[in-house]
Amino acid sequence: MALSNVLETPASGFNFDNVSRNVALEGLLQGGHTNAPKPMKTGTTIAGVVCKDGVVLGADTRATSGEVVADKMCAKIHYISPNMYCCGAGTAADTEKTTDLLSSNLTIFSMNSGRNPRVVMAVNILQDMLFRYRGQIGASLILGGVDCTGNHLYKVGPYGSIDNVPYLAMGSGDLAALGILEDRFKPNMEMEEAKELVRDAIHSGIMSDLGSGNNIDICVITKQGVDYIRPYQESEYKDKRQRRYKYHQGTTSILTEKIVPLELVVVQETVQQMDTA
Amino acid sequence: MKEYHYTGPVEHRFSPYSFNGGTVLAVAGEDFAIVASDTRLSEGYSIHSRDSPKCYKLTNTTVIGCSGFHGDCLTLTKIIDARLKMYKHSNNKSMTSGAIAAMLSTILYGRRFFPYYVYNIIGGLDEDGKGAVYSFDPVGSYQRDTYKAGGSASAMLQPLLDNQIGFKNMEGVQHLPLSQEKAVQLVKDVFISAAERDVYTGDALRICIVTKDGIKEETVPLRKD
Repeated sequence: MALSNVLETPASGFNFDNVSRNVALEGLLQGGHTNAPKPMKTGTTIAGVVCKDGVVLGADTRATSGEVVADKMCAKIHYISPNMYCCGAGTAADTEKTTDLLSSNLTIFSMNSGRNPRVVMAVNILQDMLFRYRGQIGASLILGGVDCTGNHLYKVGPYGSIDNVPYLAMGSGDLAALGILEDRFKPNMEMEEAKELVRDAIHSGIMSDLGSGNNIDICVITKQGVDYIRPYQESEYKDKRQRRYKYHQGTTSILTEKIVPLELVVVQETVQQMDTA
Repeated sequence: MKEYHYTGPVEHRFSPYSFNGGTVLAVAGEDFAIVASDTRLSEGYSIHSRDSPKCYKLTNTTVIGCSGFHGDCLTLTKIIDARLKMYKHSNNKSMTSGAIAAMLSTILYGRRFFPYYVYNIIGGLDEDGKGAVYSFDPVGSYQRDTYKAGGSASAMLQPLLDNQIGFKNMEGVQHLPLSQEKAVQLVKDVFISAAERDVYTGDALRICIVTKDGIKEETVPLRKD
């Protein structure tokens, strides 16, 4: 399915080879008392708002693996093209790879056609790929960008559904964030107001949802360019531990020691002058 | 498919149990015992309450920490309170920590085939005034320990306690007895670390310090996100 150039049509029909393999594997693993490795999900609160001069995207930075926080500073706002960024919720690997693939394909398209990609094109490519995999790719994405036709914000679901709206939130903290957005969103807001609104929406998700937490990242996309502020707001919870936990040398016992000297012979020597002026 | 939905755990048919999160910890010292728990009550990815401590005072010398299914925690503590009263009325004295532990084991095993979904840890002073910690599993197996962590972040806390209190996996370190101040500091630090990595632990930490002078309570804020 590599769109090495846009002219190559993808294989027809649905490709379910891996699904039957996965089902068989799951059965095998459950019977054998071992669990399949849990994919790292992003838990997450992501939100986006269209304002007068552009689009503001926001995300928290916590990635969970079950009930354990796997990454406290994970980047959920992915680069697609100079005028488009995408927030991803769901399975971390899926969102990263999907957005990477989209970004690569759009770069090839720009080179081929000499044009900046439009947001609708990105959305259509995403939808096409996610629908083809029938939801097996667990990526819920918020795509925001500015192109010649205006400021756009799209929501793409894991099954391939799209929604073109002026404000939205996704992830496990979406309801908390949506509460704030529904209350304070106005069309054609000023940039600063929009940034504050997105910050508050993500903050609400962080406090109310256990899958979201830590810092807030904001990405502002305008016609002039992109301002990716990471972190926009750091978590207010700092390390307040009272004792220092240091181990001096020798605390871990050495049971055996084996030293293998590496025999190195000088084969060639070249000297390059460094410009130290 | 359910694994890929971000809406959290999905119920398929009625389950009599639900997991409300929370972590409990108890440490026994020379003449004191500490029982600490976080105060967050959660379900799935939501928070029910930020102020629901899991330590319950049983007698002047015993505190119990219960985490797991909140419904069962409440009922179990009610039953224990009633049994303590009955004992006091028939025997004209309060139950000792060891006796409470033995009784709890019987109560839990009585429900062997429909267990109380509760992870219990009792902390208190024994008859000699020394600190005692008894840890339980949901069906009543128990033993006396020096320190024990239970609940959702127990797997993260227990190795740290093994190292700092039990001096395990360390060579050439002096085995100093744990002072009350150091123990309290350690408990606070350990919960701050647990709140970083366990989503079910946070909001606040309630510490109950049991000494011969009574039970002192202390509350320390933790991460709320």
